[in-house]
Amino acid sequence: MTPIQLVFLFVAFATLWAAFMVVTRNNLVHAALFLVIALFGVAVLFVMLEAGFLAVIQVLVYIGAIAILMIFAVMLTRGDVDDIPDITNRYAGWVGLVAVLFFSSLVILMAQWPSFTALAKPILSSRDTIVELGTALVSPNGYVIPFEVASVMLLAALIGALVVARPRKGK
Amino acid sequence: MQIETALLIEWVVKSTILIFALLTGFAYTTFYERRLLALIQVRIGPNRTGPFGFLQPAADGLKLIFKEELIPANAYKFVFILAPILTVIPALIIMAVVPWGGAIELFGRQIALGLTDINVAILYLLSVASISVYGIVLAGWSSDNKYAMMGGLRSSAQMLSYELSLGLAFVVPILLAGSMSLNQIIEAQRGVWFIFYQPIAALVFYIAMLAEVNRAPFDMPEAEQELTAGYHTEYSGMKFSLFFMGEYMKMIAVSAIFATLFLGGYRGPFVDTYPLLGPLYLFLKVFLSLGLMIWIRATLPRLRYDRLMAFGWKILLPLSILNVFVTAVIIVVFGL
Repeated sequence: MTPIQLVFLFVAFATLWAAFMVVTRNNLVHAALFLVIALFGVAVLFVMLEAGFLAVIQVLVYIGAIAILMIFAVMLTRGDVDDIPDITNRYAGWVGLVAVLFFSSLVILMAQWPSFTALAKPILSSRDTIVELGTALVSPNGYVIPFEVASVMLLAALIGALVVARPRKGK
Repeated sequence: MQIETALLIEWVVKSTILIFALLTGFAYTTFYERRLLALIQVRIGPNRTGPFGFLQPAADGLKLIFKEELIPANAYKFVFILAPILTVIPALIIMAVVPWGGAIELFGRQIALGLTDINVAILYLLSVASISVYGIVLAGWSSDNKYAMMGGLRSSAQMLSYELSLGLAFVVPILLAGSMSLNQIIEAQRGVWFIFYQPIAALVFYIAMLAEVNRAPFDMPEAEQELTAGYHTEYSGMKFSLFFMGEYMKMIAVSAIFATLFLGGYRGPFVDTYPLLGPLYLFLKVFLSLGLMIWIRATLPRLRYDRLMAFGWKILLPLSILNVFVTAVIIVVFGL
């Protein structure tokens, strides 16, 4: 086993462990911190795939903005973030079973995919990967439509947030 | 991925030098701040410990080590201890992508002065800056103290708001240089520094960066009159000094980034013939930028909290969006 594979196994297990901890903690802030670890693990996996851009964006958007907003919301809305005594409800067992079944069937399906065991090829591009990515996002032969759809959706969310937060007349 | 031993040693040596430079820089920035503040306020400042008071930081450090460490009874212990560590780590690693000079020839190897040169350096800077909020928020939350909590909430809101303007100010040097690598941005400033092409971006960047490191006039998280000491009210001894260390190292780091983006980085006269001048020029620029920060602290009063947010969202952000837009249009129209 190469050192890189060892690192991969370690990071992958740490990510899964942290993700498991997120859904089993009784304390909301602790759960959010484990979520940060899980997201960071994904960023490390991106680095190992030589996707530096995705890795820094993962840290910037998910850890630097979304997770911090979650912690912020928890701090603002709950005076007492102490342990919630019971985090399960009566469907918990069934949901767990469905999750395990779904995950194992995904693993079985993925294992039959021919390139499941293939090693990642080194990126053979003479151009800067960022330039490639940027052109792909806006070129008509690339991903311009998904890119524009996503931006329209974000714009709608932004306007929606403004409408929700706007002070109403007569109140 | 094959890593040769010599390269590994080179990285370890360079990282050690960088960390030592930041730690020494931290100690002497506190001294610099106290002496310069004293000068501006027509006082003398610390001048008794060693020649000209040069041993003052060492004395302060020793004093802090021997102080008693208190942990409040109702604090969330694990997070309480984690928070100072999370404050220092981003301050230490953010400098990894900032080059300190060209390449020198040593032991028959070409050694670049600077830890690494990645093609997403600017985004790396932004993402490390964005995770530095955690230390402050968690410190405020885990202390179980309302002043600390208020300080933590204020600082997270402030840092998240000013990060937007900071990010947009980062875009302008990228547009001008056509690259996100800091080495190429410095190379593009061979003729004229970007601060002369883009004074507005430089100003927005400097203001947002003051807010990002919680310096006066944006030091709301630690406004003494309202919040005692804000998020680090409950911290004492070495844990307190870790916060202090994080803040001063961040001051040095953002000054170095400012110098790199707008003041030509390590470039200066004769730097091509004598590459070792590079770190010296960078040091000078950082020194001047730190001096300006201290001068601002000595001169300007603190902003009221609502005005601070209004300034960030209603003036700074539209201004930086407009600036990015105009710059982009000019570059496209004139084909620069």
